[in-house]
Amino acid sequence: MKRYSALSLFREGLNDQKGWQAAWRNPEPKSEYEVIIIGGGGHGLATAYYLAKEHGITNVAVLEKAWIGGGNTGRNTTVIRSNYFFRESAEFYDFSVKLYEGLSKELNYNIMFSQRGMWNIAQDRHGLEMLRRAANAMGLNGVPAEFHTETEVRRRIPLLNDAPRFPILAGLLQSRGGTARHDAVAWGYARGADARGIDIIQNCEVTGFDIKNGQIQGVKTSKGNIKAKKVALAVAGHTSVLAELAGFRLPIISYALQACVSEPVKPVLDTVVMAMGTGVYISQSDKGELVFGGGIDHYPSYAQRGNLPVMEHTAAGIVDMFPQFSRMRFLRQWAGIVDVMYDSTPVVGKSPIDGMYLNCGWGTGGFKAIPAGGFCFAHTIAQDEPHHLVTPFNLKRFETGALIDEATGAGIAH
Amino acid sequence: MLQINCPYCGPRSEVEFRCGGESHIKRPGPPEDVSDAEWSEYLFFRKNPKGIHFERWLHRFGCGRWFNIARDTVSHEVLHEYAIDMPAPTIIEKTK
Repeated sequence: MKRYSALSLFREGLNDQKGWQAAWRNPEPKSEYEVIIIGGGGHGLATAYYLAKEHGITNVAVLEKAWIGGGNTGRNTTVIRSNYFFRESAEFYDFSVKLYEGLSKELNYNIMFSQRGMWNIAQDRHGLEMLRRAANAMGLNGVPAEFHTETEVRRRIPLLNDAPRFPILAGLLQSRGGTARHDAVAWGYARGADARGIDIIQNCEVTGFDIKNGQIQGVKTSKGNIKAKKVALAVAGHTSVLAELAGFRLPIISYALQACVSEPVKPVLDTVVMAMGTGVYISQSDKGELVFGGGIDHYPSYAQRGNLPVMEHTAAGIVDMFPQFSRMRFLRQWAGIVDVMYDSTPVVGKSPIDGMYLNCGWGTGGFKAIPAGGFCFAHTIAQDEPHHLVTPFNLKRFETGALIDEATGAGIAH
Repeated sequence: MLQINCPYCGPRSEVEFRCGGESHIKRPGPPEDVSDAEWSEYLFFRKNPKGIHFERWLHRFGCGRWFNIARDTVSHEVLHEYAIDMPAPTIIEKTK
């Protein structure tokens, strides 16, 4: 792997850009691997990278049914934050933010992580109480957060509506939160994994599993059968589909989560703003597009397009906060299929099949979890024992009752 | 946007309805004979199919009654609406 640097950029500028090499190979699958990772999104690629780097396991294939980073990794709104309520979540997501802080350097790939701050805005008395509670919880969990009243919120975000339907009472700022270039996260991990000898196989769909006596033996794919004693799932909204092929069910429901971007404009908004009254949030990308989204669609779906009523609600919420955006045009609108768990907390750990591991249930918030999710999943696969940060994120909790209910804890939008 | 044919009120826009999730789930019992694993399965584990899904819907801003529908989770096409106490209809999936 040729390293990227200011010097290489300068040299290629003089060389008519002819010396760049492909960021990863395009290999055909071998007949057997030590570990197969299904899903070439952020979590799958990060898992491959950390398997090689932290555990020295390089006989690994990442199987992706389309192109890498084309699922939810390329469909989210790029927000990174760790403003969770419960200790288990806060520790895990804050570890993820810390990994993001060093990721461009770690991967030698600019992921454009901009810690521009993440605001939650309270718009009624109950929202205000939730915000105060969140500020205290974050403080107890050791995640820095600043509580500000209306005057300061308006000073920091001067664009806010002077007289919105839902008044602005207070705001909670996590200043280490922000946004990153989502594709770059997938590409950076792919390049790093490939350089360590891991095969990334695109256009290779898994169609079945070879399971004997409750132990995984390999996978059946559109490119033939591949053997492996360890198979790891990182397929977000399609986890239930693959679980069915393996013969078990999960506490997951798949929904469409929509997002959209406006036409690009000059810089107007230098932070991420989430309105608790309407459940919508907005930021501005480096290209100048306003990126915004809201809650999930209202019924189970595997269609990556989304539905009008929810989009209308989202647009209305944005216009209530920022009426000046009402004249702007949508450039693109899309949806990703999110895997929602009953308690809005993921599963990273073992499945009912020996040798098969699960990384799923991220719901609407998988992007921010990519580095920590990959790091802890790689540990879980390599050691056949969950990493201590994800021990609470096990499948057994639905039987023992040790749920981590972030839907009510942190007021997650779904 | 979906148009859903409420068995009691006729065709209406989806915004009048609320989806209540997977239908035809049987509550296990009697309670003293049900293990934690069975309760967990009943409460949390779902089919979540990519394809035809039998689900309960409520006509919330209409007659206020529950009924079942069979809906494709990829195309969103509503294939059948039927009463809440009816068994799931047999549907032969169209060749895609």
